[in-house]
Amino acid sequence: MTTLPARPAAPTYDTPESDNYLIHDKGIPSWLLTLDHKRIGVLYTVGVLLSFFVGGIFAMLVRTELLTPGRTIIDAETYNHFFTLHGAVMVFLVIIPSIPAALGNFVLPIMLGAKDVAFPRLNLFSYHLWISGAICTVVSLVMGSFDTGWTFYTPYSTTTTAGGVIPVIVGVFILGFSSIFTGLNFIVTIHKLRPPGMTWFRMPLFLWALYATALIQVLATPVLAITLALVVVERIANIGIFNPAMGGDPVLYQHFFWFYSHPAVYIMIVPAMGIISELIAVHSHRQIFGYRFIAFSSVAIAIFSFIVWGHHMFTSGQSSLMNTLFSAISFSVAIPSAVKIFNWICTLYKGSISLNTPMLYALAFIVLFTIGGLTGLHLATLNTDVHLHDTYFVVAHFHYVMMGSALIAMVGGLHHWWPKITGRMYNEKLGMIACAIVFVGFNITFFTQFMLGSHGMPRRYYDYQPEFQIYHVISTIGSYIMASGFLLTAMYLVQSLVSGKRAPANPWGGATLEWECASPPPYYNFHEAPKVGDPYDFSNLHWDERGEGYVTVKPPAAKA
Amino acid sequence: MSAHAPAGDHHAADGHDDHGHGGGHGHHNAEYPFLAHHFETPAQQFDSAKLGMWLFLVTEVLFFGALFVGYAVLRNRYPDVFTYASAYLDTTLGGINTAVLILSSLTMAMGVYFAQTGRKTALVVCLWLTMAGAAGFMVIKYFEYTHKFHVHLVWGEGFYKPVTDDGGLQSAELSSKAPVPLAPAQTTMSAGTVTAQQLAMPAFVQMPAGEQTAIAPPAAGPAGMAPAVIDAKAAEHAADPATHGDEALHLEDAAMPPNTHLFFAIYYAMTGLHGIHVLVGMGVIGWLIVRAGRGEFGPKYYTPVDLVGLYWHIVDLVWIFLFPLFYLID
Amino acid sequence: MGHAHTSSSDAGHAGQPLVGHLVAPWILFATGGALIVLTVITVAVRYVDLGEANLLVALAIAGLKATLVSLFFMHLRWDRPFNQLIFLSGVVFVVLMMAFCLMDTSQYRDSQYIGNPADVQAVLDKDAPNAPIAAQKSPDLP
Ligand code: HEM
Ligand SMILES: [Cu+2]
Repeated sequence: MTTLPARPAAPTYDTPESDNYLIHDKGIPSWLLTLDHKRIGVLYTVGVLLSFFVGGIFAMLVRTELLTPGRTIIDAETYNHFFTLHGAVMVFLVIIPSIPAALGNFVLPIMLGAKDVAFPRLNLFSYHLWISGAICTVVSLVMGSFDTGWTFYTPYSTTTTAGGVIPVIVGVFILGFSSIFTGLNFIVTIHKLRPPGMTWFRMPLFLWALYATALIQVLATPVLAITLALVVVERIANIGIFNPAMGGDPVLYQHFFWFYSHPAVYIMIVPAMGIISELIAVHSHRQIFGYRFIAFSSVAIAIFSFIVWGHHMFTSGQSSLMNTLFSAISFSVAIPSAVKIFNWICTLYKGSISLNTPMLYALAFIVLFTIGGLTGLHLATLNTDVHLHDTYFVVAHFHYVMMGSALIAMVGGLHHWWPKITGRMYNEKLGMIACAIVFVGFNITFFTQFMLGSHGMPRRYYDYQPEFQIYHVISTIGSYIMASGFLLTAMYLVQSLVSGKRAPANPWGGATLEWECASPPPYYNFHEAPKVGDPYDFSNLHWDERGEGYVTVKPPAAKA
Repeated sequence: MSAHAPAGDHHAADGHDDHGHGGGHGHHNAEYPFLAHHFETPAQQFDSAKLGMWLFLVTEVLFFGALFVGYAVLRNRYPDVFTYASAYLDTTLGGINTAVLILSSLTMAMGVYFAQTGRKTALVVCLWLTMAGAAGFMVIKYFEYTHKFHVHLVWGEGFYKPVTDDGGLQSAELSSKAPVPLAPAQTTMSAGTVTAQQLAMPAFVQMPAGEQTAIAPPAAGPAGMAPAVIDAKAAEHAADPATHGDEALHLEDAAMPPNTHLFFAIYYAMTGLHGIHVLVGMGVIGWLIVRAGRGEFGPKYYTPVDLVGLYWHIVDLVWIFLFPLFYLID
Repeated sequence: MGHAHTSSSDAGHAGQPLVGHLVAPWILFATGGALIVLTVITVAVRYVDLGEANLLVALAIAGLKATLVSLFFMHLRWDRPFNQLIFLSGVVFVVLMMAFCLMDTSQYRDSQYIGNPADVQAVLDKDAPNAPIAAQKSPDLP
């Protein structure tokens, strides 16, 4: 770290134009070796969005191939590689780090009123691990890629001849540690770096969500790491633990994998729910309904998520005793999720809603997550799952929850904090249009797949019966629509960087602490320790025509 | 695994981390030069480091935990494999290693005590003793491993490859008398195997191949178990290089249950991962020795010693379970 | 649990470090001694035939040893309750995973795995066709 440039010891108070975290230091090394959580958050955001673009290209290729039965543009082998790459990139490089590592890193310490995360170097190290994991994925591509599906099921993953299996597994292993260290950092930060007055129940709900997520990251990810390590060892040394032909147990692999990966789907959705809580409250300018219920339901989901993993294994040969148990427990997970939906809707009710882009994304989330969650219940029902397992119904389900919910929340959050991160306003009109396009395109793409699946179209298939073609064509057209929505988003966001209006400190009227510092925030977050109030008390915030932002009119008496 | 080493390092390194938030936070604290800018008090910094380390230890627990689950599932599935194969492990060496690790944990704990009380020399001595314990453990482990490799008590297919490098002289002599199907020219089987077989079952050697297989023993069952265990134990107790030929018997042992290689697969997986942790531990203890020698630790600041100590104890803790689960099955 | 700014220690007391807890050497030595004694016991128990209970006894002793290490060597006895909780939760989650996996595998334990599996048999047929184990073919292998 000795290469870091020296900094002025005690600067005077600056305006965002003369000093902020973006221009505080210059040069690429000052970014890549930064210890500032905001910059690390930005670096993650850039990485995640680039990966999303790459994963999206694979998705478009897969969808295009499925336009016709048999070969359309690529052969079957390549198809297997492409859907696997799509899944692995989207899960491990995009959705898992997207909210906690990218937005969370930027927002968490500021929301908390802290100067940084507890371990800034570890935070940078996590980011470097993320980069290394991404590089491993690229190496895997060069070495022949992989066709195992993102789940790496054994014994196929230990026997396939695809050349890139080991590099990508090493990559996912590394990404796992990146995720663990981020989670560890967040837990310690929330426990130990809260300023005076920031009690647990004054924490914004996004922080509760990040906290619950971090618990899952720390408790579940090591199991994935060791499992993948065993797969590598199995490939290299043929130890046979997961290989039935050697007396090993492939179902054990699935237990291990889902012990991580079911909680992992909550690593994706819980922080998304946290963002939605913020968006709904801020953009309807109304005290959040049932704060404690939302907070505790995050933690409840985190804990429950550890005892339902077997619902992915109903047809794997898992015993009927465990099938029954897992099915029953899975239903209980729906309860805390439903609690949240209920609370959000109650918050909206009689709120003074600003129908802007973040709010649109939040509303989209509520619709899509409801569909995704409810279809999860269909899948968690034992006998229906026997029919639906490994069909497009499952594909539709998890896209509704992963893309329609987690990713949509990420994009909504990105818009919400965009003025704070970049100091620029994006084009609101284009934002709303793009959101509408994405929403429509998404539903055309994936609702069709529910029908495909319930009619029996298996997932991960290259070829299909002609009667399925109409659905596939509709779905592919939907995916093109959705892609154009995202491209539009990318365009106006980039444009805003160049010529966007300067953002005020508080463009939306948020009451959490990040809206108290300038946009973009100064290098030190806060010049003096912020006053901590109720994060959802909007009564003193009023629109100020001159600054085109919200200002606090009567500061709330600090009730520390 | 590379991820592990920096973790301890990072918590500690943060103690010296000053990336210069201004407004009065950026400069070194005169009273506590180790205090990072984003902490208010040494206690807050220490508590944070401790919490971070405990969280890291939990990830270690789950990291090993999954392997323990794998162990349990395999053992539940093949109880006789575990009973049978455990006898091939050397209880004496395992026991010594357990004691070595416990003592090194004790010296580590004493090291923390001396760091807290500012006794530099005693701290360095304790750290060296801990290091010696770790090295001793690895040396013993090395002998255990190489011995097992030697007689093909390994994972996977290697377990079923006849041992070829024992008693080379005898094999050359005896292979001329070997039954036809075993001739090197006709099968991939090597001469050494014949040796092992002949040593084990001299009565079969002169028999035609057909009869030889006809005498094949019945599938493993409780009845066949007892003598095998006794044989294997005898082999174990005579752990002496001169008797390697006898230890190569596992392939010739009629009572060996199918899938015995899985015992060794999980044995190497778990002890191997544990061994890697010991090596990492030696690395960070070495780093502590350097820093302690420079007098960096004392009653005010000893966080790195404390954290490495916690890591070292968890390594000990894992072994405390590995020892009975692998070495002491009857 | 809002103890962000409180000290965990008796800092300032005579002979105490600034932060953390000082554990007297005699406690450490007693712990080490107990661990060695328990190791001897666990080896000795091996030679007593208790049937199924052997495993339980071995695990109980190991659990006791682990408790001693974490309470005294790792100072957990004097540590913050939240750190204790965290460590415990790690163990709980491992036990949870183990319980569920074992419940599953015990269900079909009796229904399979007779004889050598295919890949093992292939190696044996090639490299050690006359080893006794080679004859223990699985009934469903060709
Ligand atoms: C309401 C709660 C939920 C329930 C009851 C539920 C239930 C299920 C079930 C039973 C399956 C297995 C289907 C099969 O393979 O046959 C499944 C698959 C899946 N779910 Fe959910 N789910 C829920 C929420 C979520 C959420 C929030 C996410 C992610 C953010 C998610 C992501 C996934 C994924 C990725 C798969 C497919 C994994 C694969 O096989 O590739 N689920 N879900
Ligand atoms: Cu699931």
